[in-house]
Amino acid sequence: MNELAIRVQALTRHFGELIAVNDVDLEIPAGQIYGFLGPNGSGKTTIIRMLCGLLTPSAGEVSVLGLNIPEQAEALRCKIGYMTQKFSLYDDLTVEENMQFMGRIYGMARGDARQRIEQLLQRYALAPMRDRHAGAMSGGQRQRLALAVATLHSPTLLFLDEPTSAVDPENRRDFWEQLFDLSDAGTTILVSTHYMDEAERCHRLAILETGRLCKHGSPAELMAELAARVVEIGGNDLRAIKNRVMQLPEVQSAAQQGLHLRVLLNPGIEAPVDYLKAALADAGLNYTLARPSLEDVFVAATQGSTAR
Amino acid sequence: MSTAQRVGAITGKELKQLSRDRVTFGMVIMIPLIQLLLFGFAINTEVRNIPIAVVDLSGSAIARAITEQVRVTQVVDITANLNTPAEAEAAIVAGRVRAALVFPENLAQRVASGAPVAQWLVDGSDTMVGSALLGLRSMPLFIDQGIPNKAYASTRPSFEVALFFNPERRSEVNIVPGLTAIILTMTMILFTSVALVRERERGNLELLITTPVRPLELMVGKLVPYIFVGLVQITIILGLGRLIFDVPFNGTLPSLILVTMVFIGASLTLGLLISTAAKTQMQAMQMTVFILMPSILLSGFMFPYEAMPVAAQYIAEALPATHFIRLIRGVFLRGAQASQLLPDIFWLLGFTLIMLGIATKRFRKSLD
Repeated sequence: MNELAIRVQALTRHFGELIAVNDVDLEIPAGQIYGFLGPNGSGKTTIIRMLCGLLTPSAGEVSVLGLNIPEQAEALRCKIGYMTQKFSLYDDLTVEENMQFMGRIYGMARGDARQRIEQLLQRYALAPMRDRHAGAMSGGQRQRLALAVATLHSPTLLFLDEPTSAVDPENRRDFWEQLFDLSDAGTTILVSTHYMDEAERCHRLAILETGRLCKHGSPAELMAELAARVVEIGGNDLRAIKNRVMQLPEVQSAAQQGLHLRVLLNPGIEAPVDYLKAALADAGLNYTLARPSLEDVFVAATQGSTAR
Repeated sequence: MSTAQRVGAITGKELKQLSRDRVTFGMVIMIPLIQLLLFGFAINTEVRNIPIAVVDLSGSAIARAITEQVRVTQVVDITANLNTPAEAEAAIVAGRVRAALVFPENLAQRVASGAPVAQWLVDGSDTMVGSALLGLRSMPLFIDQGIPNKAYASTRPSFEVALFFNPERRSEVNIVPGLTAIILTMTMILFTSVALVRERERGNLELLITTPVRPLELMVGKLVPYIFVGLVQITIILGLGRLIFDVPFNGTLPSLILVTMVFIGASLTLGLLISTAAKTQMQAMQMTVFILMPSILLSGFMFPYEAMPVAAQYIAEALPATHFIRLIRGVFLRGAQASQLLPDIFWLLGFTLIMLGIATKRFRKSLD
């Protein structure tokens, strides 16, 4: 369980002037679901591509399943499954044809492949649409097909690049159930996302911002670090209050959520509620210390990096 | 007013996109420039320097004098001296020469009696070449110390001419086999040039290159289906050519299939190389056109190779279509065996291997 599936040191990648990935260190334990949380352009896809050996790092060391990447990328191919951000199977082939094709590409024996395809068609509820063209399927169905294909050759490591971006919440939940099943069976999963609720499901996660790794740890640890720093302010005229709060030196961010203003304060502050009360001096407001959410973690982490 | 504004907006956007697509932009400039220079110089229906052989059975000074007079017309270029008419015919079938001038043993008697002095054996399959040589039939000859011999004035032919392979001088006999080269060039290069680009555009390639598939496996796998497409096409063209245009098939099927296969291989691998260079399907198609145009005009399909200036001939030699047109006309019309046409076959084979090698090397399993 303590074995590392992926170890990355000082990984950097330039595209011309742009630094897409900047000096990233990572250690991903085997058998876990590891999340990359970050906005678009934060370097998630670039890191995944480098880990698969599709892109050559500008600098840094990458070791995946004990193989040096990109030098030993060919040896890695059979051990990993990759679900690209964009659906990358053939629209004009049917579900079954796509699976058969990939099975043959991975060099699976005909009988094994047939059995495995049957099993996956059942597991991912694709059996009724086995003769449907992939191009004619819904987002959720395609995503199940892509996952089925990515796991066809029973890889020990799965890369999923924003797998749920074209999927509704219901299908997303089912999808995560399937990921936990895979994880239970021992597969290491690296999944990138920009959804907080998804990130929260990961065993561990890394928060990325403009190519840097800002913070990493389990979601619970990350949220615990923020304890006693999040305050919800209720009252009238919250827009104006937000502007005032943002001026305060100890406030990192403030965002309105329905009837409340959620305020994140700097680390190390002793009594956040008293501090805000004193600073705002408005009797019409009420203050509650809130339980930190992953979004707070994300905001705190990324603010820290931009302020640097 | 607002219509003009919207049209203007679209025009402006279109121009911006065009100027940012460097390949397309280059094509806008390069296509007219190169094609004009190339074809302006190359298109020349006056045929010169046709390679011929001389067979002198008389061994006489008269034969040498007449040969010299034929040479100075510049219509022909004497590239071989052969011993027998049979050797000459073999050279014509193999495509080494287009015609042979045969002086009979009784040349002196013939000159005395005023009969045609010699016989031209002409590859008539190319009607333009045939016509140019037919023009020599009545050329005035100067025999005996440079005094014009009245017997060989324009009223009587100086030579007999035997037009082989296409005695009626029908142009479709020459066009139909040549057309196979053009159609195969077009479809084979086009199909494969978009093949990889399409996978890249649709995102399939990103998945495919994370699999254990090797570049050469991918390349060869992509090519194989189109070999059959090419064979179907050539069957249609040549089959209909025989049925509708009555083009004679003088060769053998194994030779026909062999030369067709090497050409299909050359075209497909050239398309594959384009596929590794082009970023979009549009660019791939433009590059295909860039190969197709000279293949139509310089390959010998429309104008005889001999009618082109030397520079254009060098370009023609670099085009697979030129070699295939020689092969297919040789096999189809002149009944040549593949073994008689080895230089062009080996050229195409070598071309195929080199293109496949470069394409495989260029295609890296990476997104860098």
